[in-house]
Amino acid sequence: MAVGNYIRERFFPHIWCPGCGHGIVLNGLLRAIENMGLKKNDIVMVSGIGCSSRIAGYLDFHTLHTIHGRALAFAVGVKMSRPELTLLVPMGDGDALSIGGNHFIHACRRNIDMTAIVMNNRIYGMTGGQYSPLSGYGTLATTAPYTNIDQEFDVVNMATAAGATFVARTTAYHVQQMADVLEEAIRHKGFSVVEVMSPCPTYFGRKNKEGSAVDMLEKLKTTTTPLGSKAKQENPSLIERGVFVKKEMPEYCAEYQKIIERAMKTAS
Amino acid sequence: MGGKLTFVQGNEACVEAALYAGLDFFAGYPITPSTEIAELMSVRLPQKGGMFMQMEDEIASICAIIGASLTGRKVLTATSGPGFSLMQEALGYAIMAEIPCVIVDVQRGGPSTGLPTKVSQGDVNQARWGVHGDHSIIALTASNHQDVFAITVDAFNFSETYRTPVILLFDEVVGHMRERLLIPEPGEIPLVERLKTSVREGVDYHPYLPREDGRLPMSDFGGVHRYNVTGLFHDMWGFPSEKPEVVHELLRHLVDKIESHVNEVTRYHEYFVDDAEILLISYGSSARSALHVVADRRKHGERIGLLELQTLWPFPSALVREKTKNARYVVVVEMNMGQVLQSVRESVEKPERVFLSNRVDGVLITPVDIRNILRLIQGKGV
Repeated sequence: MAVGNYIRERFFPHIWCPGCGHGIVLNGLLRAIENMGLKKNDIVMVSGIGCSSRIAGYLDFHTLHTIHGRALAFAVGVKMSRPELTLLVPMGDGDALSIGGNHFIHACRRNIDMTAIVMNNRIYGMTGGQYSPLSGYGTLATTAPYTNIDQEFDVVNMATAAGATFVARTTAYHVQQMADVLEEAIRHKGFSVVEVMSPCPTYFGRKNKEGSAVDMLEKLKTTTTPLGSKAKQENPSLIERGVFVKKEMPEYCAEYQKIIERAMKTAS
Repeated sequence: MGGKLTFVQGNEACVEAALYAGLDFFAGYPITPSTEIAELMSVRLPQKGGMFMQMEDEIASICAIIGASLTGRKVLTATSGPGFSLMQEALGYAIMAEIPCVIVDVQRGGPSTGLPTKVSQGDVNQARWGVHGDHSIIALTASNHQDVFAITVDAFNFSETYRTPVILLFDEVVGHMRERLLIPEPGEIPLVERLKTSVREGVDYHPYLPREDGRLPMSDFGGVHRYNVTGLFHDMWGFPSEKPEVVHELLRHLVDKIESHVNEVTRYHEYFVDDAEILLISYGSSARSALHVVADRRKHGERIGLLELQTLWPFPSALVREKTKNARYVVVVEMNMGQVLQSVRESVEKPERVFLSNRVDGVLITPVDIRNILRLIQGKGV
């Protein structure tokens, strides 16, 4: 199926600013889905609130655009009810890790089979450029006019510590890697977290003097390196890309089926 | 009437009724005095192939049941005041997106952590007004276990009929007290199943285009129709819209679909109302004490009656106006600072004749408390 067939053209044009990385994430995701040959009726996309979360409306899946921070909690309800469906949960950085931080760590811990995509642009874009828990120390935002003194989360470390069984990082610059990583994440039986670093030239870029949209994409290339590369040893400030965690653990829905079997035996 | 005779807590009666109504998904978080509902669900639901989930908090609990409901399941969560406060945003989502679900609030003393193990009826207004923005809601209550059972089944039926969340406002006394419950035979109480769309695969399905009767046939997530669900104002496809006419139309629909069916969702009992000079109005465990007073004073020849409300929202104003028209005095008996009192005063012709008999100290209001107020009203002194 051509990538265009996954889109609800009726609802275009999209709301994202020129230069936003989220459209590239959409592209990478659809290529992964196309490559896997998934059927549209089998995909449920659950999103929260923010620029990134609008992705759900544009796609011709079962789409659930929920409330701020709670996408994973809604998704858990859908997945438990219909374990055979493929659950995709795109979230922004503030959505996933600030207001939704609690749901995020518990979803990692439960290891329920779904793919959480953290579209990390390091800013609250929808509300006009406030700092997020991923903006980082020393950045500027409309609510950090003098400088940001909040330390940031590392999505990969956090997801790993919380027990996610697939954890990866990629960027909007590395489109091919993004599609590959997302496919691997979707295929993984368990809770998968993929951080996609995505530029926001309108707010983060402008506030932090990172130049044009192209400059920001270029920066994703120059400041990141493949996981385990020699470059990282020489320059520890580089951010690693790749699959950090991939392990087998009991999957929640499958485990609950065993509970049902046990309970039914007890009852009879 | 057949059925199975049991001796159970009110919380257990609620569980039995939910299962009877076809519940197959529960998500919750432990909180006194509702926890027994979660505990029992964890035992019973998997026995029938259903799902129980203990979530990380009450917000996640209500979100999970909304997600499960979209796949076609009948869903429930149970909590108490503090958890109910946390659920308000998602409750508004279920109202806006028109997703059937039932929420039990076994009330305890508040505000804040308040009195975790003591009785209160302080959440009546929160049930009605806790969600931001204009909306309407159905909230039901009961004073004894047979009624807990019946009203819980009603809650599921209303939820499916009107595609709306329904709140069951029980209280600690009803939740924890043990008394007899006759569980009806299957089929004895009619059940409303979800109205599914008849639109065929490949034909454009409009999830948010109401039929002439205002009802919206649903299509399960994972089924043949793919559509968008959002908490934003939305058009007939479920896609966000800020068009004034779309917004106006949807808001009116959300309110009207409930407010125009007040009669259909009103449940109540009346005792000696017709000739009552003094009419007590009560609900939940307070109504048990009120009924005791009525039975006792009737023996002494006093013309006193009780209107026991089971539907608190939408408030049955016309019913209250009708039943109070011959009474000299109306006394609202409740365990809060006068939450139903306000609605009663707005409904009756002579609000100055409406009095409050209440207790807000975590102790069940007693017949003596009510008698004392009646004596004051009648000028007899305490």
